Amino acid sequence: MRNVTDAGIPSENVRQSFMDALLEAARQDPDIIALTSDATGSAALTNYVAALPDQFVECGIAEQDMVGIAAGLASFSKRPFVCGPAAFLAARSLEQVKVDVAYSNKNVKLIGVSGGISYGALGESHYSVQDFAVMRAIANISVLCPADAMQAKKLAHMLADFDGPVYLRMGRGAVPAFYEETDVFQFGKAHLCREGSDVTIIAVGEQLFPALVAAETLSKEGIEARVLDMFTIKPLDVEAVLRAARETGAIVCTEEHSINGGLGSAVAQVTAESCPVRVKCVALPNEVLLCGSSAEMKAHYGLDAAGIAQAVREVVK
Amino acid sequence: MQIKELELKAVDIRLRALRLIYEAGTGHLGGTMSAADILVALYYYKMRVDPQNPLLPDRDRFILSKGHSVESLYCILADRGFFPLEELDSYSQFGSRLFGHPTVKVPGIEICSGALGHGLPAAVGMALGARKSGLSSKVYVVMGDGEQAEGSNWEAAMAAANYGTDNLIAILDRNMLQITGCTEDVIALGDVAEKYRAFGWSVKEIDGNNMQQIVDALDAAPFEVGKPSLILAHTIKGKDICFAENLAKWHHGIPNKDQYEAAVAFLENKKQEMLSHA
Repeated sequence: MRNVTDAGIPSENVRQSFMDALLEAARQDPDIIALTSDATGSAALTNYVAALPDQFVECGIAEQDMVGIAAGLASFSKRPFVCGPAAFLAARSLEQVKVDVAYSNKNVKLIGVSGGISYGALGESHYSVQDFAVMRAIANISVLCPADAMQAKKLAHMLADFDGPVYLRMGRGAVPAFYEETDVFQFGKAHLCREGSDVTIIAVGEQLFPALVAAETLSKEGIEARVLDMFTIKPLDVEAVLRAARETGAIVCTEEHSINGGLGSAVAQVTAESCPVRVKCVALPNEVLLCGSSAEMKAHYGLDAAGIAQAVREVVK
Repeated sequence: MQIKELELKAVDIRLRALRLIYEAGTGHLGGTMSAADILVALYYYKMRVDPQNPLLPDRDRFILSKGHSVESLYCILADRGFFPLEELDSYSQFGSRLFGHPTVKVPGIEICSGALGHGLPAAVGMALGARKSGLSSKVYVVMGDGEQAEGSNWEAAMAAANYGTDNLIAILDRNMLQITGCTEDVIALGDVAEKYRAFGWSVKEIDGNNMQQIVDALDAAPFEVGKPSLILAHTIKGKDICFAENLAKWHHGIPNKDQYEAAVAFLENKKQEMLSHA
């Protein structure tokens, strides 16, 4: 992993990286089928469709139908990857996700792109800040969210070999690409990004980068924060959470999601039951959100590095 | 099986399903009876399925989209040997895998249903899956008429026509009733044959409680090359349950002892008449 304070960290598009890796995997495995809902461009599938038209199904703007079709394809041993904007995929088709995929145990991967508030100025209809919560509450589906392009690539290959229902959510824009080829990720295990003993920041997705930047700022103030990348929100790495609680005594969670029901809720529940420590969640409030660019929104709601650092100061004082 | 044997089998399945519902004190009598003849034709005449090898890759696929009508289906699956007949007694009991709506825990059930408007989209996926796998499997889905109000059916109808899935045969159990009353009073379905035709399907209308007509329609499908087929099966809700025919209240009504005995007597009598004419 690169040092996040390096000035030279390039920005790369996470969804493009995921879909390029999916194309690589699909070239090796003819059972992989990508589906989309008139979102070839938005889901970064243009290269995939051009290369493997027979391993692609366009479903039109019909997310419920798309998820049902994917479940049907899985009945013929296909490995469907349903790709579309998270706001629609994870809400419009939720009943199909629950009944046709999870309850029916179909080998379907749901890939939500442009999730969280990454659609920025397009507004609330296009935000997906409930998806972790609803997917977490459905039995028999795992929930993942990569932090950058390298991790997305590695998770795409991981899911190509993984049997069972999965929801994976990514953002929209290019974000700092700090993970390196040598970084190894294990399904269901938190990735330790930074050691520290005063407090633990548990981050998921694109909140990981500002969390790491916040940790560097805090270090200069004499606060050493452990930073965990909880890219698998479900199954949650309970062991890593409890170790963080025992060893660092306080936890700050951050996620581009509603304060209700996501990573923060999961961590708070686990610690409250087995090792009560102070837990603070840096996430979006449960209210109709203001509208602006993703960066403006994150600054306003305290989801940037400064906001995360401030939350840490509050729990360690 | 020949037509006469299929007709006899349908009486047996109705007797079993009736007993299931009566003894469990729960179930969907009306819809399970309207669809019984169609399910018998599929499982004893038409479909390529092997109870000893329920996951055979090139099997035909069946989805009961109107999942609440599951009782006849359970009786058929048990009778065909997908699971032991005696397991039927556990229907709706605590810990049983025979729930009030189909689940994949039951051998022979391809996908969970019960939430309406899910069967046709999954069937389109299966039809595409068969094609992409180079398999000759056909995909059969039985839908209710009430559930046609779910928009997901029409999304799937568009997709099926778009992809020309002629290995998909949908059967619409048009019994004209849903839980509240007549489908045309609740939310009018209207000329559903024309609606499916307008969506690019090939449609045949039959008497869905007439075994010969069901078998003929299944044999004729696909009705047109390159088009999905709809068998619009006009049926009687509660068919052959003498007191329950064409009455919305028997959507999920449970017969009392007298009604149960009367219904059994009617079906047994029908069976004897069929045997004496054989």
